[in-house]
Amino acid sequence: MVLKVFFPSCCSSAESGILIGRWISEQNSAVILAVVHFPFIPAQVKQYLSEVQRVTKVSVSVLGSWSNSKQEKEESLSEFLEDLGTIFSHEPWIQISKEGDSNFWSCSTLQKHSNNPKEEEIILVYYDQRKVMLSHLHPPLDTAASTDHQADDASKLAAIFDTVAKSKVLFMTDRYDDGPIKLTHWQSDGVEASIIMELMKQASVPACMLLTFLLSLISGICRSRVLKFWPLSFLWSKLSTCEQLGHRLQHLQVISSNKKAQNQTQLMRKANIFVSLLVDVALGILLMSWLYRKNRIGHLADTLIPVADHVAEELQDLLQWLMGAPAGLKMNRALDQVLGRFFLYHIHLWISYIHLMSPFIEMILWYVGLSACLGLTVALCILSDIIALLTFHIYCFYVYGARLYCLKIYGLSSLWRLFRGKKWNVLRQRVDSCSYDLDQLFIGTLLFTILLFLLPTTALYYLVFTLLRLLVVIVQGLIHLLVDLIDSLPLYSIILRLCRSYRLAAGVKFRVLEQQDGKPLRLLMQINPLSYGSVVHTYRLPTYSCYPKDTWTSLCKKLFLGELIYPWKHKGEKQD
Amino acid sequence: MCSCSLYSLCGFQCLLFMTNSMVLSAAIFITLIGLIIYLHFVKVDQESLLVIGSLGIQVTSSYASGKESTTFIEMGQVKDVVINEAIHMQKVIYYLCILLQDPGDPQGVSEVVPLFQSSKPRLDCLIEVYKSCQEILEQRKTAPQSSGIK
Repeated sequence: MVLKVFFPSCCSSAESGILIGRWISEQNSAVILAVVHFPFIPAQVKQYLSEVQRVTKVSVSVLGSWSNSKQEKEESLSEFLEDLGTIFSHEPWIQISKEGDSNFWSCSTLQKHSNNPKEEEIILVYYDQRKVMLSHLHPPLDTAASTDHQADDASKLAAIFDTVAKSKVLFMTDRYDDGPIKLTHWQSDGVEASIIMELMKQASVPACMLLTFLLSLISGICRSRVLKFWPLSFLWSKLSTCEQLGHRLQHLQVISSNKKAQNQTQLMRKANIFVSLLVDVALGILLMSWLYRKNRIGHLADTLIPVADHVAEELQDLLQWLMGAPAGLKMNRALDQVLGRFFLYHIHLWISYIHLMSPFIEMILWYVGLSACLGLTVALCILSDIIALLTFHIYCFYVYGARLYCLKIYGLSSLWRLFRGKKWNVLRQRVDSCSYDLDQLFIGTLLFTILLFLLPTTALYYLVFTLLRLLVVIVQGLIHLLVDLIDSLPLYSIILRLCRSYRLAAGVKFRVLEQQDGKPLRLLMQINPLSYGSVVHTYRLPTYSCYPKDTWTSLCKKLFLGELIYPWKHKGEKQD
Repeated sequence: MCSCSLYSLCGFQCLLFMTNSMVLSAAIFITLIGLIIYLHFVKVDQESLLVIGSLGIQVTSSYASGKESTTFIEMGQVKDVVINEAIHMQKVIYYLCILLQDPGDPQGVSEVVPLFQSSKPRLDCLIEVYKSCQEILEQRKTAPQSSGIK
């Protein structure tokens, strides 16, 4: 079989020495991790390797020899290197030698115990050690779901990435150490660290503890019995602001927990939540500063009452139009007047209520606006709640109209069955024939006719108010979609993909380097980063998302029958 | 030539902004953006296939704007490389594709990856590529003595 040697590009200019790394016999490939330089004592090298093996659980061993000679090949050196093969017995013993500045190295293997003495073909694959160590290989999305086909089919590349990633301890010794072993790897010029990161790591522990304490206080208050009384708990469940605040509280608890992240997914999730919260709060504070500058919030409060008045006036005009001859249709005058006057009185009540509240509006809005510093999402949820409160009368009208219409439709369908001599069998859930008495038939037919001729009037009122209600629902839905987007977008992962694309790897790509006859095939292995779509799909934060509960057909059916519709269902809510 | 025309259009656009003719500049702006999007995401300049016997198969497409998108399929996942026939409207078209192994079922095919979707070479060209691929794939099934790259 072909022998594949994965050589780190940082060791290309290293001095002569022996190669250490991991031999993967199933794939017939050698992953070289570092070069140990002369002089060394073989016993010490073996001891060091066994220590590394114990700590990293990677079977690191001496794989071969590396000679980098500035002049031509020295015979004595090559014999010496072959003798090394007897000290560190490894099958096969790989010998790589580089002459001068030539790019084309000669590789050969020594097989002592093999049956066929034929020369094996070797492929030399260069890889960037630092990038492969830091990168995380993502399995393709469809195979990630099926977990029953495991280990032997596990990706061969995953083994290589794994080897390099787990050997972090090996890369900690640099050339300035005074130990007996001198290594060359990507960090042999000195371990890099940043003061800011170290300080942040030190500061994060007390900060987390403080945050946990505060959060436990807040959640204790929230869970106390005082807030569980009926009117308050009903209010909390209906307001979307409270849900959003609860959601953010949960996020804070995740971040401030003391347990270190176990694996990559958890680490990314914590980082995503942290960055998302930060951006949210920053945008919220920006919004707040914009609102409070030049007293814009005062202006907003001043225009709120006239806007509510204007909406009420428009509704009154609409009702007057319906009470006349809307769109040229002829309504039943009596029913029309009754319904119209009923709704007009309702609007009158609503206007008086708003005017009662008007002195306090500015103060309430001022204090509510302060809560925008908790985040842009909270501000948007408050906006959605304010819209819901201001259009409460439209919701009431919709419910009245829908109930009336629903009653009418059910009555009509039942009396239509009576008209034809049939009945709905509740037990069998089907329509059965039934013999009615004469007076039953008479009254039934009368009622049926009355209801049928009153249908256009009710239907028109129902249509108008349903359209208004749908408009409000669509606006609220759009706001909630925006909130959802901000909540679930994995910003940290996207920024990582933008700036350090090698950390999120979908796979690798090979580039064929210059060839020379007689020398082994040279390939450069680079990391193929994940596409943005897969990044968002893999690292999306879960939300209490609101999505349309019904399909289009069931929605239309409900509208036709007059059942009340609540198109946006929240995950935790009970069924309506 | 393409980039020259793009730059000259950009310069003309800036001039237009200064002389305030909104509709024309908006139209040119939208056309420019559309052209850039087309060159970067749609127009494929070159497609290539790299088969390394012991490692795997790599498929690269390079777009007109210089972007390259690569997929690498490991040899363990590759079942076979075949030429498929398809009946499209009134003609029969041929395309080369890689059959991927189903991990659970050794005889099954889990996925079919079509190659050269944008350049759509004709049957004679496909046969050449097919023969070369089969040479290399044969070697991995018998005792493989050498690797080949095509």
